Amino acid sequence: MAHEAVIGLEVHAELLTESKIFCACSAKFGAPPNQNTCPVCLGMPGVLPVLNRRVVEFALKAGLAINCRIARYSRWARKNYFYPDLPKGYQISQYELPLCTGGEVEITTADGGTRAVRLTRIHMEEDTGKNIHDAHGDASLVDFNRCGVPLLEIVSEPDMHSPAEAGAYLRKLRSLLRYLEVCDGNMEEGSFRCDANISIRPRGSTVLGTKVEVKNMNSFRAVEKAIEFELRRQAEVLEQGGRLVQETRHWDPDREVTRPSRSKEFAHDYRYFPDPDLLPLLVSEQWIERVRAELPELPEARQARFGRDYGLPVYDAEVLTARKDLADYYEAAVRTHPNAKAISNWVMGDVLRIVRERKLDEVLVIRDWPVVPAQLAALVALIDNGQISGKIAKSVFETMAQTGASPERIVAEQGLTQVSDEAPIIAAIEQVLAANAAKVAEYRGGKDKLFGFFVGQVMKATQGKANPQKVNELLIQRLTGSP
Amino acid sequence: MAEAYRLSIDAASAALAVRDISAVELTRAVLARIEATEPALRSFITVAADAALAQAQAADARLAGGDAPALCGIPLAIKDVILTRGLRSTAGSKILGNFVPPYSATVTRKLLDAGAVCVGKANCDEFAMGSSTENSAYAITRNPWNLSCVPGGSSGGSASAVAAGQCLGALGTDTGGSIRQPAACCGVVGIKPTYGRVSRYGVVAYASSLDQVGPLGRTVADCAHLLGAIAGHDPRDSTSVDCPTPDYRAALSGKLAGLRLGLPKEYFVDGMQPEVEQAVRAAVRQLESLGAAVDEVSLPHTEYAIAAYYLIATAEASSNLSRYDGIKYGFRAEAEALLEMYRRTRAQGFGAEVKRRIMLGTYALSSGYYDAYYLKAQKVRTLVRNDFLAVLDRCHAIVTPTAPTTAFRIGEKTADPLQMYLADIFTVSVNLAGLPGLSLPCGFDRTGLPIGLQLIGRPFDEQTVLNLAYAYEQATQWHLQQPEI
Ligand SMILES: [Zn+2]
Repeated sequence: MAHEAVIGLEVHAELLTESKIFCACSAKFGAPPNQNTCPVCLGMPGVLPVLNRRVVEFALKAGLAINCRIARYSRWARKNYFYPDLPKGYQISQYELPLCTGGEVEITTADGGTRAVRLTRIHMEEDTGKNIHDAHGDASLVDFNRCGVPLLEIVSEPDMHSPAEAGAYLRKLRSLLRYLEVCDGNMEEGSFRCDANISIRPRGSTVLGTKVEVKNMNSFRAVEKAIEFELRRQAEVLEQGGRLVQETRHWDPDREVTRPSRSKEFAHDYRYFPDPDLLPLLVSEQWIERVRAELPELPEARQARFGRDYGLPVYDAEVLTARKDLADYYEAAVRTHPNAKAISNWVMGDVLRIVRERKLDEVLVIRDWPVVPAQLAALVALIDNGQISGKIAKSVFETMAQTGASPERIVAEQGLTQVSDEAPIIAAIEQVLAANAAKVAEYRGGKDKLFGFFVGQVMKATQGKANPQKVNELLIQRLTGSP
Repeated sequence: MAEAYRLSIDAASAALAVRDISAVELTRAVLARIEATEPALRSFITVAADAALAQAQAADARLAGGDAPALCGIPLAIKDVILTRGLRSTAGSKILGNFVPPYSATVTRKLLDAGAVCVGKANCDEFAMGSSTENSAYAITRNPWNLSCVPGGSSGGSASAVAAGQCLGALGTDTGGSIRQPAACCGVVGIKPTYGRVSRYGVVAYASSLDQVGPLGRTVADCAHLLGAIAGHDPRDSTSVDCPTPDYRAALSGKLAGLRLGLPKEYFVDGMQPEVEQAVRAAVRQLESLGAAVDEVSLPHTEYAIAAYYLIATAEASSNLSRYDGIKYGFRAEAEALLEMYRRTRAQGFGAEVKRRIMLGTYALSSGYYDAYYLKAQKVRTLVRNDFLAVLDRCHAIVTPTAPTTAFRIGEKTADPLQMYLADIFTVSVNLAGLPGLSLPCGFDRTGLPIGLQLIGRPFDEQTVLNLAYAYEQATQWHLQQPEI
């Protein structure tokens, strides 16, 4: 029997606020264990949470960008359970009245069309700490640095029907959150994590099958692989006449299988109830409108504008607007030197290559990178003015990326200025022709292909600095003219 | 100066200001009184003699300097659920037996900033759960008026210490009557402020939506001083309200003309000790003779308040007490595996009453029961609050007994928790409604045990309640009686 996959995703996105959600501790990743802690995030006796309003603004940004309904009145709830990384014995979250509901994310399907994945809700909550096992013999240690770091939980409807669609949704969501600069989207560091609810049903049926929740996937590839495995496993169980059980499974990336979670025996009753230490969250219309006004131009709108204003092909516009810092970088360069297509080529090629080599794409740091937009623009201007060749420009760019020096300075210090004066080029041509008399004869005898050879030799003799157009011109003159 | 420990805060401040007595002398007198009476009373979990003398020395320096703050040099006791930086704070529980907090509660900080001297941490029912101070993991506090009786609870140590002269005033906490009920039992004045008037930061939580810190003192004016020192908005407590703090001491005029009081018929029930009813009715007549008008009023949902209170309080407590798991601080039981460690730590660390309430609360919040219990209780709470607000629309304050009986005997009710829960029957509604409530002495029963009168005010109108109490106190002699110990 043909089956249809039904997939819903729950994404946890850590927010890039300076401080934690209910205390003033730093929310930065990577500090030594337990350095970013205080009595409040450690849940010591008597302490009370105080809401960081920036967290609400970040959540509003995401909600507005996804066209969610924003609740003017929402509430904080306690989710009660025991675990060593949860210092209060409960997690402060939102439950029956979340900040955002509805909204949708548009994805591209396998047939090239688009489809909307609906969102159930987006709510705010605090992250938990981290248990570290077996660090010293049989001891377990707890690092509470992440405790109280703000999270958005973004829950989709079961609107995806293949691993590829799940992947497309996740990428789109991540790129949107990064674009809004509310989350760095780093899956390896856990700041963008995902649980998948997966079930299958006979094609054409509208009834949902028994769902399995899969956790522990820390890359896009893992999500797709895990869903793929789970769909195959569920189909096999059904085909062999078995029954699926509702359960939580973990993805084992080494063996590429999902396995039942060990904590299955603890059927959790989280005993949610409104947190009496926090007042209900009231979001005024003015606050919503202020955040809406501060929203950046969103990727789709910007992509369209790049086509319109800069005459860029769709592909270029899409790549450049995939992240906000990249699009900002591009526009800043074009403002300095308006050769839109040439700058697009540089950004999509060499800039992104270096970004990838240096793993800058995992964090939002293009703006901190040595080659500032004005310098890239200056490099393109040097080519356009005929001061350096495209080839020389490549090596100048490498030096810029290494040292952060301006292209003008590199060209001047290394003497790379393109030679357009005829005299030195003619001298080089004479030298090359004299040294290759036999080939000159062959060329003149009709072997046209040798022209490229002569160009190469002349460029080599001038260390690449000769203006290639001049070289072409003068070579033809010399080869076709009198011997 | 004979019996300096008996001074009121007003009198002590005046004596300190003119250097009739030094803060160190006053603190020594109080510490000596503690030493003499503590073996019989057990009002304290921790006596902090050295720290108190150091604070008194600092107070003397400030007094000598001329511009001493309000409570400079006044020796006080602080209930052990209120955290004191560097001074062991156990909340009356074994599970926090070794807990020395690295931070102070906001109320502690405010008192110390005002120059007060903290002589020690007062005994209390474990995590403030109880009506007798028999549920402390450390000791049973005795009533200074009769050592075989309880001091009431849960701030029994604070009330007993104030009554016996082991301090000039004290802080307690009140979740369902835990300041007013022991104040009544020990013949002192205690006020639970409006919810949100005083910061809860650094106060070990029992039931967050009901808990409030308040003072106990031998006179109304003493309570007014202390309340003024601890009240006010605290950015660390989101539920504390940002409204100005009146000068409570200065507002004590004793004038009652034009004040209208409500006497709720539901508060005079069968099974009440007759002497309590007689004393309260006499007090009402006294208030009338002082110029207040009294109407009989009705608070129709009173009979549901105790049930609603125990559902909400235990639900919140079950969650608030989850953090005591042996992982990060406090007592930890030995075990091989994590779950076993949790189980043993909590089994050995908590006392029976705390466990009983955690289980009740866990049950009330469980899926499938939430709507029937917790949610329903919240609806009752709204009805109770609306009852009060309707009456307080017409009346400036409500007068009731504080407790249905005078202090009971130690052990008398421990076997029957439901009987014990009824000790707070007249006080819990005030917490559900979030209103200010005060208890002051209004007589004695035939065995010589004090009787308490409760005054309940409009939200954030502690002044009227204090002023009513002050007028009554000025017209009567009850507060001048002292236990013989
Ligand atoms: Zn913190």
